[in-house]
Amino acid sequence: MLRIDDLVVRYGSAVAVDGISFEVGAGEMVALVGPNGAGKSTLINAISGLVAPHSGTVACEGRIAQVPEGRQMFADMSVEDNLLLGGWSIRNRDLGEVYDLLPDLAGMRKRKAGRLSGGQQQMVAVGRALMARPDLLAIDELSLGLAPLVVAELAEHLRFLNRERGTAVLLVEQEVTLAFDVCPRALVLEAGRIIAAGPSVELAQSETVRKAYFGDLAVAETMTGATAPATTEVSP
Amino acid sequence: MTELVAYLISGIALGSSFALIGSGLVVVHRVTRVVNFAQGSVAIVGGMTSATLLNGLLPHGLGEIAAVVLCGVLGVLVGLLAIGRRGTPPLISLIVTLGASMLVSAAIIWLWGQDPVTPPGLEGSVTVLGAEVERQRLLVVAATGVAFAALTLFFSRSYLGKGLTASASNPFAARMVGIDVRKMGLLAFGLAGILGGLAGVLIAPSNPLSFYSDLPLVLSGFAAAVFGGLTSPLRTLFGGLGLGVAGQLTAGYLNGSYQTEMALLLMLVIMIIRSRALVQEEVK
Repeated sequence: MLRIDDLVVRYGSAVAVDGISFEVGAGEMVALVGPNGAGKSTLINAISGLVAPHSGTVACEGRIAQVPEGRQMFADMSVEDNLLLGGWSIRNRDLGEVYDLLPDLAGMRKRKAGRLSGGQQQMVAVGRALMARPDLLAIDELSLGLAPLVVAELAEHLRFLNRERGTAVLLVEQEVTLAFDVCPRALVLEAGRIIAAGPSVELAQSETVRKAYFGDLAVAETMTGATAPATTEVSP
Repeated sequence: MTELVAYLISGIALGSSFALIGSGLVVVHRVTRVVNFAQGSVAIVGGMTSATLLNGLLPHGLGEIAAVVLCGVLGVLVGLLAIGRRGTPPLISLIVTLGASMLVSAAIIWLWGQDPVTPPGLEGSVTVLGAEVERQRLLVVAATGVAFAALTLFFSRSYLGKGLTASASNPFAARMVGIDVRKMGLLAFGLAGILGGLAGVLIAPSNPLSFYSDLPLVLSGFAAAVFGGLTSPLRTLFGGLGLGVAGQLTAGYLNGSYQTEMALLLMLVIMIIRSRALVQEEVK
């Protein structure tokens, strides 16, 4: 349902995404992993139409909605208003489906989004994206700044959405263990290029992936529980 | 005491028009980060257009509404000049609004000449706490109250108003959910035009307007908007009312020619006092 062909994104003379091609099938969950500066966020922003590509094509049969890095709340507005605005592009003002999928949101609908915890805000961001009734949910750094328990809960919500609604998920994530755990297939980015792609279980054992994250250091435990060396602030 | 009541009511009426102009500045600044200095000229066009239309062309009510609508359109045109080109920095847009203000002033001289113009307003007066108050001044206060109530409802209840607030709150997230932030900016300019036009239409029957009235009006409106931190229409209302009352008390008890100076002095004091709060709001 999503087809990326030879996509190039530049910021001035700097090439952030360098000729990337891949596909995401309907109802598929795909992870996009890589170290800082690999071009993951630029790629997802180009897919969502927030960044104009220099060349190449993005073709999608269906709607894409993005959960952005850092949640990007409308901080002074209520949770309900944040959700309602998520349906802006299709004029969807029916909150029932989102409250059914993410029941916790109903309990906090009158609270200001800026006063919620990081995990609650991430749930609002997911709910806001779902208001656009997307066929593909593009999530940029689900785990950023969140405690492991909160991340595990959010990941469960994603699996549920995928299972119940058939929503395809493209998960950009630095936390490689989480990404491989949630998504059966993954792509590994480095310096704007895909350096490895395939089933997550195979990539988890790949020397190429280890090198992308840890250079030449042999850190075997990385793929058996530890995470990439991301410096993230943890909040409840 | 009677004198004081008269000054207070006329001050509230004058301050209401400052508040309307100031809230227009706030609406535009919230969404675009641009201070629209053409707002005063738009108000003058409102007052003068109503004078022309009420001179036998349209009846009361329709004439004023038509003038306000025209100002809304003029506001959008100013917006197109200021933010029509994608990526225009706010400072450049601000300079464009200054240029647009001069252009509108030139058009005012061309269309209406240089002499002050006064449209017919509500005739007669009523007694309030012993003071004779023109009905027109009471109309200004009442209309401003209705306008601010409508503005509050628009932002808090309507989907479009929420889209405007979202564009002001987080432009990146607004674009992400599909809101065209540039169109929202133009809508803000249109809304500001309507508020400015309403101010001009309401104030002109009591205070004759000419092409050079735009500067004192926009400065007073800006002072009110600064009081509101350039973000809050409600605080702008209080700022405008304070300025209007201070100006009328100055004119009544000191000297009428110090009115504008008093407004400028108050603006300076407010900016100094509120500078820290403004920086904190900007950081947020």
